[in-house]
Amino acid sequence: MKLSLQIKTSVFFRLFMEWLTQPWPWYVAGPLIGLTVPILLLLGNKTFGISSSLRHICAACLPAGIPFFQYDWKKESWNLFFVGGVFVGGLVAGTFLSNPAFIQIAPATKQALAAQHVTDFRGLIPHDLFSWSALLTLRGFILMVVGGFLVGFGTRWAGGCTSGHAIMGLSNLQWPSLVATVCFMIGGFLMTWLGLPWILSL
Amino acid sequence: MKTESEEFIPAVSNDPKARLSLGSLVPYAIVGMFFGIVFVKAEIVSWFRIQEMFRLESFHMYGVIGSAVLTGMVSVFLLKRLKVKALTGESIRISDKVFQPGQIYGGLLFGFGWALTGACPGPLFAQIGAGYSVVLITLVAALAGTWTYGALRRFLP
Repeated sequence: MKLSLQIKTSVFFRLFMEWLTQPWPWYVAGPLIGLTVPILLLLGNKTFGISSSLRHICAACLPAGIPFFQYDWKKESWNLFFVGGVFVGGLVAGTFLSNPAFIQIAPATKQALAAQHVTDFRGLIPHDLFSWSALLTLRGFILMVVGGFLVGFGTRWAGGCTSGHAIMGLSNLQWPSLVATVCFMIGGFLMTWLGLPWILSL
Repeated sequence: MKTESEEFIPAVSNDPKARLSLGSLVPYAIVGMFFGIVFVKAEIVSWFRIQEMFRLESFHMYGVIGSAVLTGMVSVFLLKRLKVKALTGESIRISDKVFQPGQIYGGLLFGFGWALTGACPGPLFAQIGAGYSVVLITLVAALAGTWTYGALRRFLP
């Protein structure tokens, strides 16, 4: 009796782990991400937004007398704890729940990327493009350093990113957030279709 | 030309209940952790998935963002309708977003960066956690971008 229960729980556990280590479908992930909005509001009337953390880090580390960084960032430290948590979550998922198989992406995307010499589909990020050795190439520099700069500059200029505008702003029916979200997408389409083919050929 | 700076200053609560303590901050880290796990497990932090999305070759990311927005919308509607209070006792208030030209220009620039790096600010933190150490450089570049914006913003529309 006790043994069969043990076997049953171990089978259940194995199936559960199998399910956990597989990539999760959008209809599981999307609602979970959406729930962050009410959870943060309920915890302490906080509005969901991640790119602000970059501003708080600047204000904390290098305010340099710039008025934009003169405020009491410590009062916003919940945001830094939140992104610290995101880092730990990435660590947990990457270490204990990681998917051993190759990433499954649309065949058309895979073909198009292979034609541009992106052939390593082992991880979440193409090792051909994003690695310490690639950083010193023109292509890697544009993808990582220029790209990162645009993310930081653009989100602050727009007053938010995918979380602050697309998820929080749209959830609260804010039309400026819709404008921002549409522009995020237009920028992404332009870069993917016009810029990347050239950058990947470098 | 002087732009309104007040709305960019984060609203600071003077409510004594909202005072800082480690205990009050840890729940945010826990929520962030679950968020980070979902990010990695649904491959939202994957450069490949972002490519798929912008190449219109998969529904995955659209499904994630769409269902997240829908869930958020219903929750915000309910919280407002039922006049729910936060656990700190504060009443829940979400300030309106004010339109600025930056939402267009900055939005486009962020879009470029999103397609290049395959990451928005959240996934950057999750990618570093998941072991892609080189993304630290992307994060530092993003911080430099934010800092440069702060330094230049009085010259920008």
